[in-house]
Amino acid sequence: MQDSFSPDDISAPVDVAERWIEAGRTVAIATVIETWGSAPRPVGSHLVIDGEGNFHGSVSGGCVEGSVITEAMDVIADGKPRLLEFGVADETAWRVGLSCGGRISVYVERIG
Amino acid sequence: MDISSLKALNAARHARRAVILLTDLTVGQERVIAPGDPVEEGLAAAVDEAFRSGKSRVVEMDGRKFFVNVHLPPPRLIVIGAVHVSQALAPMAKIVGYDMEIIDPRTAFATEERFPDIPLHAEWPEDVLKTRPLDAFTALAALTHDPKIDDYPLKEALLADCFYVGALGSRRTHAARVERLKASGLSEEQIGRIHAPIGLDIGAASPAEIAVAVLGEIISALRKRNLKTEAEAGKA
Repeated sequence: MQDSFSPDDISAPVDVAERWIEAGRTVAIATVIETWGSAPRPVGSHLVIDGEGNFHGSVSGGCVEGSVITEAMDVIADGKPRLLEFGVADETAWRVGLSCGGRISVYVERIG
Repeated sequence: MDISSLKALNAARHARRAVILLTDLTVGQERVIAPGDPVEEGLAAAVDEAFRSGKSRVVEMDGRKFFVNVHLPPPRLIVIGAVHVSQALAPMAKIVGYDMEIIDPRTAFATEERFPDIPLHAEWPEDVLKTRPLDAFTALAALTHDPKIDDYPLKEALLADCFYVGALGSRRTHAARVERLKASGLSEEQIGRIHAPIGLDIGAASPAEIAVAVLGEIISALRKRNLKTEAEAGKA
């Protein structure tokens, strides 16, 4: 709810992605599709990445963006979507009894 | 993701239409769904729930995983009346993250000097709402207590199913308003959705305090409605 109702904003990653595409750049979009335990960004959060490694948005508090950008380069190259999972070592996740810690699942796909 | 899907998603977002981007994660194909569009039987319940709750999630059907990514428009607040309470409400609404706009045909009230940094329409609500229609993601607060200005947008807000409709005025003023709205063809149930006297009962006295009471009531209308639909969805 919180995220869907955030104020509309021309810097929304999906808008940035469209502008980059219009400008002729190759673009991948990463989306948080599932979270377990305490995750820094809610489901639906986006990170867009272009072929040069420029990026906009976020899928975590900065902890996994590096890996996502690296994977996005491969996605842009071969066009095959990837499903990535990251563990988020976090005290809250332990408290609620997730022995595996907090986790997020990120779907990365090429646009076009 | 197809470029056409991205464009359709963004067009809907900018037009304040609720949409879902439904992605089949197994084959990497997606499509954009509007409320009421036909959906596979196994996904229909999840799609309906997402439109109501605003929550995106992964669902499984026949061993395949789908991501239901729902985009609901951000809340908007339309205030009728460029009055003292509105002056206090404008910065508060901004802090809370609501896009607020003011409509007041009285040009002595609706001045940029009194309302810097906020969209201000010094026109009749009839004219403004024609080009900027109300919707279910909009709250409307009528603050002029002048029937000539307030009545039309109140009726429009009820017909558009705005998530909050509030009207300033004493109980007696409101009783007269109820009679006028009934005469205009609205049902008692529709009229009963108007919050009047406006604002949470916190004993607000100054214009700024009334603005707090009104904003609190708007937040409650938005958040509690969602809690209710989510609780119902959980039971189903």
